[in-house]
Amino acid sequence: MQNTMKRRGELIRQLKRHWPLYVMMLPGLAYLFINNYLPLAGLQLAFKKFKYNLGIWGSPWNKGKNFTFLFRSKDAGIIIRNTLGYNLTFLVLGTVMALAVAILLNEVRRKKLQQTYQTIILIPHLISYVIVSYIAYAFLGGDNGMINNSLLIPLGFESIPWYTKPGYWPFILIIIHLWKVFGYNSIVYYASIVGIDRTYYEAAVVDGASTWKQITAITLPMLKPVIITLTLLSVGRLFYSDFGLFYQVPMNSGLLYNTTNTIDTFVYRGLLETNDIGRASAAGFIQSIMGFVLILTTNAIVRKVEAEHALF
Amino acid sequence: MALAGKKFSIFANIILVLLCLSCILPLLLLVSSSVTSEAALNRNGYAFWPAEFGLDAYKYLWHSRAQIARAYGMTFMATLCGTSLNVALTTLLAYPLSRRTLPGRNFFSFMVFFTLLFNGGMIPSYLTWTQMFHIKDTFWALIFPNLLMNGFGVIVMRTYFSTSIPYEILEAARIDGAGETKTLLSIVLPLSKPILSTTALLSGLAYWNDWINGLYYLVKRTDLYTIQNLLNRLIASADFISNNAANSAITAGITVPSVGVRMAIAVIALVPVMAVYPFLQKGFVKGIVIGGVKG
Repeated sequence: MQNTMKRRGELIRQLKRHWPLYVMMLPGLAYLFINNYLPLAGLQLAFKKFKYNLGIWGSPWNKGKNFTFLFRSKDAGIIIRNTLGYNLTFLVLGTVMALAVAILLNEVRRKKLQQTYQTIILIPHLISYVIVSYIAYAFLGGDNGMINNSLLIPLGFESIPWYTKPGYWPFILIIIHLWKVFGYNSIVYYASIVGIDRTYYEAAVVDGASTWKQITAITLPMLKPVIITLTLLSVGRLFYSDFGLFYQVPMNSGLLYNTTNTIDTFVYRGLLETNDIGRASAAGFIQSIMGFVLILTTNAIVRKVEAEHALF
Repeated sequence: MALAGKKFSIFANIILVLLCLSCILPLLLLVSSSVTSEAALNRNGYAFWPAEFGLDAYKYLWHSRAQIARAYGMTFMATLCGTSLNVALTTLLAYPLSRRTLPGRNFFSFMVFFTLLFNGGMIPSYLTWTQMFHIKDTFWALIFPNLLMNGFGVIVMRTYFSTSIPYEILEAARIDGAGETKTLLSIVLPLSKPILSTTALLSGLAYWNDWINGLYYLVKRTDLYTIQNLLNRLIASADFISNNAANSAITAGITVPSVGVRMAIAVIALVPVMAVYPFLQKGFVKGIVIGGVKG
């Protein structure tokens, strides 16, 4: 009894001492509440027939009809396939490319040169997807595009109307994505390579290890924690796609939806272009829940296998 | 530092030079096309080298300079306001969370962390901002949704505070009679310049490049468009700028060099980023390292 009294007294003393800190936190917490917590109530819309005048809480339930409609249309299969398919490809190719570039960067002996490379490969990261879509258009435009005019026609091929042919877009989008992110990810990996103790390599050289052997036996194992962390983060976002890449770069061309429509573009169009909030909120609901489930399960698995690499 | 063979080093240099070219050449295509005459563009398409030099596109855009300057003004304002608020809010939340003795610290930290794991998605977010806070078609639409602060930045900064600022210093300040606010302002912040500038840089880039908030929330008020929104609108309908410009008597009788204009306006939007990048390059790399490794 006396103990709890004492503890309560201590708590009050602590609160008194720290009150300015709570005041400091208020604006930030308020923002998170508005921007991240309040919208959670909107998840119920997936099970409702939304009416603007009735709002989120007032709209009537409609017994899962949004999901029935979503899965009866072929959109559901396409957007889930595209979202997961692209993300998995990005994850594998992106990681391999970033690791390779990081290792190459580490082999450059002149410091100045190395810095120049780093500066340049980071440029795509700084450009907004709107500008990237202009660049893509400069290459791919039907009448004026560089590829048609300077490559295909002079070489005797027919020009290709890229923005109407969905079959090419998986390759185009993969290339553009890799182009945009490889510099950023390489620098993350490179920073960890620099942190590796040099004596490992010195010992390896004494033992006569080849460059390849040094990479596979020292560099990659030492990078494992970073690779796992970054992969985990990507897996947690498997159901989220980069809206700019899939909406902006194909110029919202309806003919390409088969290979460019993802959950995020579908949700956007449902909300603001086609007024199909029912199916869009069902798709958004699946995205939110699956994202949450995925990050929890991958983290749990990593925690079981190698506890020290888990995110939380 | 490299210990591998010389051959491998040469190979590395060759590949990296090629990759660097792949990063620069697309920008060259933009610039070159923007200074090619409209006639040559119609004949040969966009090319890495102007077949026929011409400033048609820029001359045309000069007539729309008021619209472009306004869009730039909005970009500057949004970037300035957004970034200052972001740094302030992130710091004010991260610092208390870094204090080990703060009662309820774990609860608040979890509140921040949870936002990274789970969110309501775009539709609930859109409806919250438009129906409860009515930011549609206001300047605040460019500032508030999603970009103002994020849990990740708070966690990164909290980690910086708790690992780079010795507890003894804070304790000493307290014994000397400094209040919490004074401690933060005159002791913690001066020691945290790296993380503050990193946060500002990343937030500034996010605001500068953002077009999604404008796309979602600016429907009627196209006068609030940032340069990115203007570009976005132009790619969808190349005549957006000409429609507006056509209203003024100056442009009457001028045909739109629309092929070149597209590239010229993209260049105009790109120039400021490329101009400041060399000066901020070190900061970006540092920011990536801090943000990327500490997951």
